[in-house]
Amino acid sequence: MDQVHKKQLEINAAKVRLGIIEGVYGAKCGHPGGSLSVCDTLTYLYFNRMNIDPQNPSMPDRDRLVLSKGHTAPALYSVLANRGFFPVEDLKTLRHIDSYLQGHPVLGKIPGVDMSTGSLGQGISAACGMALSGKLDNDIYRVYAVLGDGELEEGLVWEAAMLAAHYQLDNLVAIVDNNGLQIDGKISEVMSPYPIDEKFKAFGWHVIVIDGHDFDAIEKAFNEAETVANQPTAIILKTTKGKGVSYMENQVGWHGKAPNEEEYNTAVAELKAKLDELTK
Amino acid sequence: MDKKATRDSYGEALVMLAEKRPDLIVLDADLAAATKTGIYKKAYPDRFFDCGIAEADMMGVAAGIATTGKLVFASSFAMFAAGRAFEIVRNSICYPHLNVKIGATHAGISVGEDGASHQCNEDIALMRVLPGMTVINPADDVETKAAVLAMADYVGPTYMRFGRLAIPTFNDPKTYKFELGKGIELRSGNDVAIIATGLMVNEAIEAGKILAEQGINARVINIHTIKPIDRDIIIRAAKETGKIITVEEHSVIGGLGSAVAEVVTETVPVPVIKIGVQDKFGHSGPAVPLLKEFGLCADNIVKVTKEALGK
Repeated sequence: MDQVHKKQLEINAAKVRLGIIEGVYGAKCGHPGGSLSVCDTLTYLYFNRMNIDPQNPSMPDRDRLVLSKGHTAPALYSVLANRGFFPVEDLKTLRHIDSYLQGHPVLGKIPGVDMSTGSLGQGISAACGMALSGKLDNDIYRVYAVLGDGELEEGLVWEAAMLAAHYQLDNLVAIVDNNGLQIDGKISEVMSPYPIDEKFKAFGWHVIVIDGHDFDAIEKAFNEAETVANQPTAIILKTTKGKGVSYMENQVGWHGKAPNEEEYNTAVAELKAKLDELTK
Repeated sequence: MDKKATRDSYGEALVMLAEKRPDLIVLDADLAAATKTGIYKKAYPDRFFDCGIAEADMMGVAAGIATTGKLVFASSFAMFAAGRAFEIVRNSICYPHLNVKIGATHAGISVGEDGASHQCNEDIALMRVLPGMTVINPADDVETKAAVLAMADYVGPTYMRFGRLAIPTFNDPKTYKFELGKGIELRSGNDVAIIATGLMVNEAIEAGKILAEQGINARVINIHTIKPIDRDIIIRAAKETGKIITVEEHSVIGGLGSAVAEVVTETVPVPVIKIGVQDKFGHSGPAVPLLKEFGLCADNIVKVTKEALGK
């Protein structure tokens, strides 16, 4: 990836992070930690990879993304808003009683959302259905399913993983946000899903493990996924929960909590400083 | 009268449907031979996908296919379609109101020898409570085929309930017309109303004949659409007969009887006596003796009706 594109992605990602903080602060609740950890990959996909049109969000041959870890809706909403699907201003209404920005993604209500999710494990099944249907239509689109690492504890994920390999869904990419933390603590202590890479390999998937905050690595991984035939690909992102907001990084407490006013100001100041530095 | 299980009619109807709808996809979870989607699989192998023994995943896959605009039927036994996969049906199918048709076979006690683990008497209750879900329980071969074809044109989540046991075909294919949400009066009478669904409709017809011989004119109503229920036909029956007997191969909690009682209590409060599975599990045995044991037969309908009328 050339430096110009990389810098633009970094700028977009900083804006998306600001939107996440605005959303969660406006809601006084929500899930900032996992939104910030998956932010770079979502930014890359929506800005640099996916065949989508913000003016025509339900275009039939569009690439689809299912946020199976639906609680990180603040990240998806912020990416969609920054990409032009709806006004960035609306992010502040997240979870409000009169807002269309529901606590978890809803199909049909929010422009750009491809599937209702929130109950963990279900998004990957739906993504398999989309990919299967796409195969029957001569592969006109690709499907991305974004999962949490804690989500891998749901048995349904593995039912879907089995089906995706059985039907050779090479138009499907599962993205695992491996930030290592879930509500009750470290995933390795609560209920270890490790080794994640070996599990997907054993289920018949092509597996790529990368630094989920390195845009060069992210692009390389998605390029590689497109060359894989007859097999779905799992991209395991090694990430930092709360990435980009200093006091949230690697803190399990920021899984599902909104910042107070002081914390909000700190986060915004940090992200704006980053943005200033990038646009200088 | 010819006899056929509604699961067989379902499998045959899918083949009839496939001819009209090239976008039809059928999913099953390793039960194609039993749910009779195998009939379709044989005719259209490229448009059939086995999801393996993974009913929850099958419902999610069906939801994903539906988002792409294709018509999809997902089949398993009622126990697993409505029971095991309940939360996926709720969150991935009903919440986004996706056009998934669930074809659930082996409903009720008439599953027989497999016993209580497979005899699902709770599915109507589970599916009826979901916002936006349509619930269909056809009564014979003719009604099943008509219902499957009609529901393919309806856009929205639908639960269709079929049986394992071969039952008489009482509807005439030349004159029968399926209308979503419309009950059918099969026998007129003003002494009492017997409202039945699914496999119990034919038993209700037989009970109506026996009661007539004894001087009791029972109105017999077939409710094939449990949701949205035909309020008008129920209110009319309540007004004109003053006493309702409901009959279903399902728990008396949450099924047809409850749905009828909900309408009646809000409009014309009359007694509603519910014949069904009385809050207990079934057990192994041949279907017909089991149905008799649980009171799901014409003789018991006659008995309960006469008791209700004090005769």
